[in-house]
Amino acid sequence: MSTKTATRAAAPKPELEPRAMAALAKHPANAGLTAADKLRLYRDMVRIRRFEERSVQVYQKGKIGGFLHLYIGQEAVAVGAVSLLGEHDHIITAYRDHGHALAVGMSMNECMAELAGKVTGCSKGKGGSMHFFAPDKKYWGGHGIVGGQIPLGAGLAYALKYKGLKGCCIAFMGDGAVNQGAVHEAYNLAALWNLPVIFVIENNKYSMGTSQERSSAGEPLAKRADGYDMAWDMGNGNILYEVREKIAAAMKRAHEESKPTLLEIFTYRYRGHSMSDPDQTYRDKQEIADYRENKDPITLFQKCLQAEGVLDDATLAKIDEEARAEAEASAKFADDSPFPQPEAILQDIYFEEDNRTDQSNVKGRMFFGDSV
Amino acid sequence: MPVISYREALRQAMAEELDRDENVIIMGEEVAQFNGAYKVTEGLLEKYGPKRIVDTPISEAGFMGLGIGASMLGIRPVMEFMFWSFSYVAFDQVFNNAASIRYMSGGLINLPIVIRGPANGGTSVGATHSHTPENFIANTPGLKVVCPATPYDAKGLLKSAIRDNDPVYVMENTILYNDKGEVPAEDYLVPLGLADVKREGTDLSIIAHGRAVLTALKAAEILQAEHDVSAEVVDLRSIRPLDVETILNSVRKTHRVLLVEENKPFCGVGAQISHLIQSEAFDELDAPIKRVSAIDAPAIYSMPLEKIQLPDPQRVVRAALSVG
Ligand SMILES: Cc1ncc(C[n+]2csc(CCOP(=O)(O)OP(=O)(O)O)c2C)c(N)n1
Ligand SMILES: [Mg+2]
Repeated sequence: MSTKTATRAAAPKPELEPRAMAALAKHPANAGLTAADKLRLYRDMVRIRRFEERSVQVYQKGKIGGFLHLYIGQEAVAVGAVSLLGEHDHIITAYRDHGHALAVGMSMNECMAELAGKVTGCSKGKGGSMHFFAPDKKYWGGHGIVGGQIPLGAGLAYALKYKGLKGCCIAFMGDGAVNQGAVHEAYNLAALWNLPVIFVIENNKYSMGTSQERSSAGEPLAKRADGYDMAWDMGNGNILYEVREKIAAAMKRAHEESKPTLLEIFTYRYRGHSMSDPDQTYRDKQEIADYRENKDPITLFQKCLQAEGVLDDATLAKIDEEARAEAEASAKFADDSPFPQPEAILQDIYFEEDNRTDQSNVKGRMFFGDSV
Repeated sequence: MPVISYREALRQAMAEELDRDENVIIMGEEVAQFNGAYKVTEGLLEKYGPKRIVDTPISEAGFMGLGIGASMLGIRPVMEFMFWSFSYVAFDQVFNNAASIRYMSGGLINLPIVIRGPANGGTSVGATHSHTPENFIANTPGLKVVCPATPYDAKGLLKSAIRDNDPVYVMENTILYNDKGEVPAEDYLVPLGLADVKREGTDLSIIAHGRAVLTALKAAEILQAEHDVSAEVVDLRSIRPLDVETILNSVRKTHRVLLVEENKPFCGVGAQISHLIQSEAFDELDAPIKRVSAIDAPAIYSMPLEKIQLPDPQRVVRAALSVG
C-alpha cells in the first residue's frame, strides 16, 4: 500500500480456516520459520496466558496492589510483533503490558515480583503492573496514561534515525487511546519527519466500558492515518501469522524507507478492563464466549501447528505444563522476595543524585521533608 | 439525619443541582452508561437522560476545553476526571483557558464550570496514577479549589461549587468514597472558603485538608488517649479561597501548629499556610511550625512502602509531640 493511495484493506476475517492459515504460513514473513521457531512462538503465547492466570490468584489473595490489566486473549499481537524484532528494533506500550514484557524475554519471576511490589521486581517494586520496563531488551514500558507512550515511541524512532541505525519502534496503544490529542500530534510528527515508527492499535473493541462505536467517529481507526499521508493497514490479531505478516510489511517500510505505518490489529480481551473492574455489563456474555471458543489466538495457532505436523500432543502438554510450573515458581519467587527498604522511596528520582557524574554541576538541596 | 456514603453525598449534590438548574450537565469518561468508574454518577443517566449525562471518549484535553467553552455560553458543566492524574493531559485547557479567559477579557466572560474527580494516593497504582495537584490548582489565580474530607462537606461543597460562577475544582479521594457520615436530606450548602474545626483542642492545632483530615483526627485521638495532649483539628475544606480567620483563631488558642497533607512538601499547601501563620501570628507561636507530608518522591507502587510514603496517624503523632 503506497503512502498516498492508502485504501481500506479488506475487512478482517476472524474465522480464518486452517487453509487460510496454511496460506499465511507460506507468506514471506512466515515462510522462513523453522519448526523450532514455531514452537517457540506457541510457547511464548502459552507462557503469557499461564503467567496472567496465575497472577489473578495472587491478586485475589490481596498480594497485588492497585490495578491489574490482563492481556488474556491478545497474546498473538505482542508475540507476533516481538518475534520480528531485530537488533535495532524497539517497543513501547500502555499499561496492559505483561504480554509484551514476557514476549521480549523478561522473566516471569521479575514480572510477578513487580506485581507484588517486591524489590526483585523489574522496577524494584516501584512501578507495579502498569509500569514494566526492560531497556536492555529494548522494551521501554509500560505506561499508565492513555496515549502517553505514543509520542515517546515516535521519539525512540527519531533517536534511531538520528543515530543512523536501521531500526524501528513499535508503539502499541488501545482503541480508546486513538482519541488522545498527543496521539494525533505524534502521527503528524512521524509522518512529517519520516520516522521509522509503527503505531499499532490493539483494537479489542472496548476502552473500559465504552465500545468503539461510542467513543470514536469514523472507521476504521487506522484510516485516520490518511489525514497525515501515512500508510496504514489492518489485520486479524487472533492469527499469529497474520500479525507477523502485517508487522513485517510495516517494518520493511520503516527500515527501508524510514516511514511510519499505522496498523490496526483486531483482537479481544476476555477479562474485565482490570481486575478491580470486572464489570461486564457493557458487553454480551455470548460475545466473550464466541471469542474464547472460536477465535482464541492460542487455540487457533495450536490447530494450525498440529495441521502442519509441527506440534504433537506430547509437546503440547509439555509446553503447557512447563508454563504452569514456571508461573507457579514465579508466584513463589514473588512471595519469598522482600519488599524494598524505606530508603528506596528517595532513590531513583534523579540520575545525578544516585550517581554524581563529572558533568554534574548541581548545588543546593534537592529533597524536602517534614522538618524543612 | 440520614447516614450516607461520601459517594452518595456527591451523587445527591449533583442530582439536586441537576433538578434545580437545567443548565447543569455532567460530562466525563464512563460517567453515564458505566455509571462512573467509581460509581459516583450511578443512576444519573437513567434519571436525567443522555442529553445531560454525557459519556466522553478518552480525550481529556478535548472534552475539558469543550466544557470550558460551553460554560462561556452559560452551561454549567460538572466535568469528571477519572483521576486527577489524567487531568494532566488537559493542563493547557485548565490553566490557559479556564483560569485566564475572564481576566484576559477584562471581565466580559465568566466560566461557571466544576471540575471534579478523585486523588488516588494510597491505592498502590504507581506514580502516573497517584497525583494530588491541589497545590498547582491553588497556585493559579482564576481557579478555586476545595477538598472535602467528609460526606457532609462533599455534598455541601459540591453544591456550592456548581452554583458558583467561576471554575471550581472539587478534589475528592477514591479512598473516601465508601466513608459514611451524616448528611441532611434537605438542601444545604457549605460555602467555599470556610474551614471547619473538626475537633476542639487546646494544646496544638493540626491543620489539614482532604483525606489527611481523617489521619489528623485519628492522631488527635491517640494524642489525647496516650499522651494527654489536646489537639484541635482544623479542616481547611477549601484551599482557595482560604479561611484565614479560622486558621489564625486556632493558632491564637493553641499556640502550636502541625500541618498535615498528603501532597509533597515542596511548594505544597502547607508551605503557604506556614507562611501565613508566621506572618500574621508570629507572636502567638510558642514553637516553630512543623508539618507532615508525603515523602518527597514520585508515588511508589510497592504497597507497604506507599504506606510509609504517605502520612499516617503514628507519624502525625510523633510530629505533634515534637512541636516544641
Ligand atoms: C489520560 C487517561 N485518561 C484515562 C485513563 C483511565 N483509563 C485507563 S485505561 C482506559 C481505557 C483505555 O482503553 P483502550 O485504549 O482501548 O485500551 P485497552 O484497555 O482496551 O487495552 C482508561 C479510560 C488513563 N489511564 N489515562
Ligand atoms: Mg481497548
